[in-house]
Formats: sequence, structure tokens, C-alpha cells
Amino acid sequence: MALDKAVVAHIAALARIRLSEAELEPLADELSHILTWVERLNEVDTSGVAPMTSVAATLLPMRDDEVTDGGCREDILGNAPRTARGFFVVPKVVE
Amino acid sequence: MSDSSLLALTLAEARDGLARKSFSARELTLAYNEAVEEIEPLNAYITPTPERALEMAEAADQRLARGEALPLDGIPIAVKDLYCTKGVLTTAASHILDGFRPPYESTVSEKLWQSGAVMLGKTNLDEFAMGSSSTTSYYGPVENPWRLSGDNRPLVPGGSSGGSAAAVAARAAVAAAGTDTGGSIRQPASFCGIVGLKPTYGRCSRWGVVAYASSLDHPGPMTRTVRDAAIMLRAMSGHDPRDATSAPVPVPDYEAALTGDIRGLRVGIPQEYRADGIPAEIEALWQQGADWLRAAGAELVEISLPTIKYALPTYYIIAPAEASSNLARYDGVRFGLRVEGNSLDEMYELTRAAGFGAEVRRRVLIGTYVLSAGYYNAYYLKAQRVRALMIRDFATAFEKVDCILAPTAPSAAFAIGEKTEDPIAMYLNDVFTVPANLAGVPAISVPAGLSADGLPLGLQIMGRAFDEETVLRVAGVLENAARFRHLPSFVAGCGQ
Repeated sequence: MALDKAVVAHIAALARIRLSEAELEPLADELSHILTWVERLNEVDTSGVAPMTSVAATLLPMRDDEVTDGGCREDILGNAPRTARGFFVVPKVVE
Repeated sequence: MSDSSLLALTLAEARDGLARKSFSARELTLAYNEAVEEIEPLNAYITPTPERALEMAEAADQRLARGEALPLDGIPIAVKDLYCTKGVLTTAASHILDGFRPPYESTVSEKLWQSGAVMLGKTNLDEFAMGSSSTTSYYGPVENPWRLSGDNRPLVPGGSSGGSAAAVAARAAVAAAGTDTGGSIRQPASFCGIVGLKPTYGRCSRWGVVAYASSLDHPGPMTRTVRDAAIMLRAMSGHDPRDATSAPVPVPDYEAALTGDIRGLRVGIPQEYRADGIPAEIEALWQQGADWLRAAGAELVEISLPTIKYALPTYYIIAPAEASSNLARYDGVRFGLRVEGNSLDEMYELTRAAGFGAEVRRRVLIGTYVLSAGYYNAYYLKAQRVRALMIRDFATAFEKVDCILAPTAPSAAFAIGEKTEDPIAMYLNDVFTVPANLAGVPAISVPAGLSADGLPLGLQIMGRAFDEETVLRVAGVLENAARFRHLPSFVAGCGQ
């Protein structure tokens, strides 16, 4: 699959990574090269094969529905670039 | 004892010396703190923690004096800077985690400290463990302590646990905790002439390890000997309710598995590993390994893992897909780097553009693409179907054999700066290691010989899920036969 600049700009927007116009073309080439290489998988007949969901045939464990953690707001906020009155601060999202 | 003789001790020897009171944990740790400083030119450590190491050593000495020694009491080890360590800078070698001091400790590192181990510091790696050369770190590349004979160019230590491998090989840590997503413990172990063990998926908890590709990430030990790997694996293993994929199974005494007796054991030789045009010296070493095991009484059996030639393309869909999801958390809001913007989206985009290096960005974009609407079936689900076939291949093989012998990597260490133009040339480093990650089975790399240029080469043993004991037993036999006693050019305590 050859990706063009528009597709790269689209996936970069989905991934929330800002790219300059000059970066689009070289990235389109690199990513196309990798995608062409992984498309070798189309040689494998996987009809009737269920996609793997876990390497070990185990079910997700259940536990009692009890609070086992929490009450550590200062710890959680301790690494934040900006906080105020016990909250994370982000740019204004509501006008 | 002199510093250089303290640094030469294996983990098992250091443990026994401490128990006999031949030296104290404080003496051992002081020697290692100096060694960490001495190997600074290799850039193996991002954050040394010498003061914490001394405090932990003094606590170990008190327990040793009371006769209450823990299994790893007083053993100075390094931790890959992918494990969260409470209050200690944790970077994943990425700019985006600038200044991050976790308020919690990863399960595996916690287990190591609870076993008495002493933390020397946090070791360098490829950014977010994405790489095979330890050159993509925001903190600069790691140098391999080995040099080509007659050539002083710096070589890569392999990756992504390259700082850990370099530190153990250069005697600036007795052992290290690494992680392996596609070969990141075994390939650097091979490049640096040490032992690296990737256990079964679920054996060691992933809780508190910075996530790259959750279905493929495996914590594991990196050591100088197979016995040391057995000792350290026991301390790192065990069920953890905080990791839903952690296996609720008992942890055996792995050291007791090192009987040296492999008579009658069936060892598989996967024919597909030959098909990749591997260099003659790697093929010859592999044959030598097979001969050693046969001489020790094992039966060699040709086996086939038909889907294995698709392991790398499968990995390079699944791993980036999981990475794109896992790395969504780096958004400039809760921790790490933040680049201000006029809107929330602009802040996200500028933060992630500034915070991620080229390889991380590449994998996040590939992952986003293969998971995006219209391509999910063609790429991601297709890869998961091929992965299911690969797991079936291993299961079929393990009906016929008890373990599998293969090379660890398709080459010895290469020069820093090589293989950086074409991402796929770098990805091919993991051709022999990725299958065990996709299948979740345990695999170990043991130093087995030197290349024509005088660099270490490893051989790999893969085993059945949760049968690390057989893997270690066979690895021990390989180690005894190989008698690998070579040292790198740069070793701490040797006064170069």
C-alpha cells in the first residue's frame, strides 16, 4: 500500500502528532515501504483461523467488586505540568 | 578483596561470599558505585542511584549480620529505565517523560528489592524500548564495551535493553532487570556476551513497566551466567493481581533445575531458521551448539515451524498497533513534557511532536494506520490470525521436542550509525527472537562463541510455556560446553 501525503497527514491528525509540510513526503515513503513489506502476510492462508486474543488459554480473572486503591490525589497530581486546586489544568475547551 | 576481584564475581558467587562474610554488602556496593562511574563513557546508565544503593546495602548487611539473609541480599543490580521506580526519575529514554518520578514501584522491581537486591541505577535503552541498537534514546546512544579486533569504532550493544547488557558485560552491575518485546533482552545479551532470559508470558508481572506492546512485553533477567539467571528469575516471578495477564501458577526453584543432565531430552532444530541466508559463522556456531547438546546425551530432531518466516511482518503490525494505543496516554496533561498550545488538540499535537523521537513516531503512525477504519481487518486482524497459526506451529513442535535450539541474532554487534537509513534493515535483527514473543514461550540467549572479528555470539534455547526449568537446564549444558570466558575491551576495575 503506497500512502500519499494526504493519508499521512490524516493519520498524524488521528495520532495527535503535529507534522510539518516538509515531513510528509519522506514519512509517506518510509511508511509505504514498511507497509509493502508487512503485506507479505497476504501469502498466508488464514481462512477459518480465528484471530489470536491471548497467548495463554486463560480467562480474565474476576475479583470482588471492592475499592482497593485510591485516596492519593497528591501523588497523582505530583507529576502534572499544570494543576490548580486539586485539578489538572488544560487549555480552555468550552467557550 | 580488591575492587576488581569483587566485580568479577557472578551473582551466585557474590551471594555465597556475602553469606560467608568474606566481604560486606557495603564493600561490594561501593566497588559497584565506582564501576558505574568508571563506565560512564559507555552511556549505559541514565540515572545512577549511588546513595540509595548504599542505604540498601547497609540494610542488607544488618540482615546478613542477624542471619536473616534474603535470596538476593546485598546484590547490586541495574534496572532498565522502563521499570517505574518510586521517587526515582523514570524516562523510558524519551523526552516526553521529562521529569517523571513515579509515585509507585513496579511489581518486578519491588520483588527484587524485597529479595534484598541493591539498586545501582536506571539503565539506558531505545526510546520506549523500540529498537535493536540502543541508539534511539533521548539520552544518547549506548556503546558496547566490546570492540572489533584492531578497530576502535564504537559498536552498538544491541537493544532495546542495551544499557543493561553493557553494564552487566562491563562489570558495572552484577545483573540487570531487562524487558523483551521482540528480542530486547536476548539480542543485546548476544551482542554483549552475557545471558538473557525472556520468561513465559505471564511469568513476570508487567505492572509498573512502561507499556510498549502489552501482548508482547516480557520482563526478565540479564546476567553473567545461567545460574544467575535462574536465581534472579525466581525473585522476579510470581502472580500479581494488578496484572490481569499475570499467571496464577507456582514459581519453582529454578536453580535446582540446573542438574546438567539432559540425557534423552529431545532438542528441535527448526529448518525455517536456515532459510534466511544466515552468515556462515552463525550457522557453524548453531551446528556446534547442536553437537554439544548431542554429546551431552540429547537427541536432535529436525522440526518445522512453517509460519515462522512471517514472524517479523506479523510483529511489525501487532507491536505498532499496541504501541499507538499504549502511547496515547502521553498528552502533556498528567505527567512529563508539555508544549503549550492555543487549544487542547494543539497542545496534544505539539507535545507529542516534540516529545517522541523518529522511530517512536514512525511506529505510532503505522499503528494508527493499521487500526484505522477500513484497514483494521486487512492488517491488524490478518496479523492476529497469522499469530494464531504461529502459536499452533510451536504447540505442534513441542509435541515432538522438549526445547528448540536456534541462533539468537543474525549477526554480531555492528557499528553505531549502521542500519539507521532503512528501518527494515534494523527490524531484521530480531528475526530469530520475535517468534518466542509472538508465541509467549520462554527463551534464553547464552554466549557460545566469538565471531571472526572477535565479537560475542549467542545461541538461543526456546521451551514450552512455563517450562523455564528445561530451558535453563539445557542452557546450563550449553554454557558448560561453550566455556565462554572472553572479556570485553572495556571492563570496570581493570584500570584501563
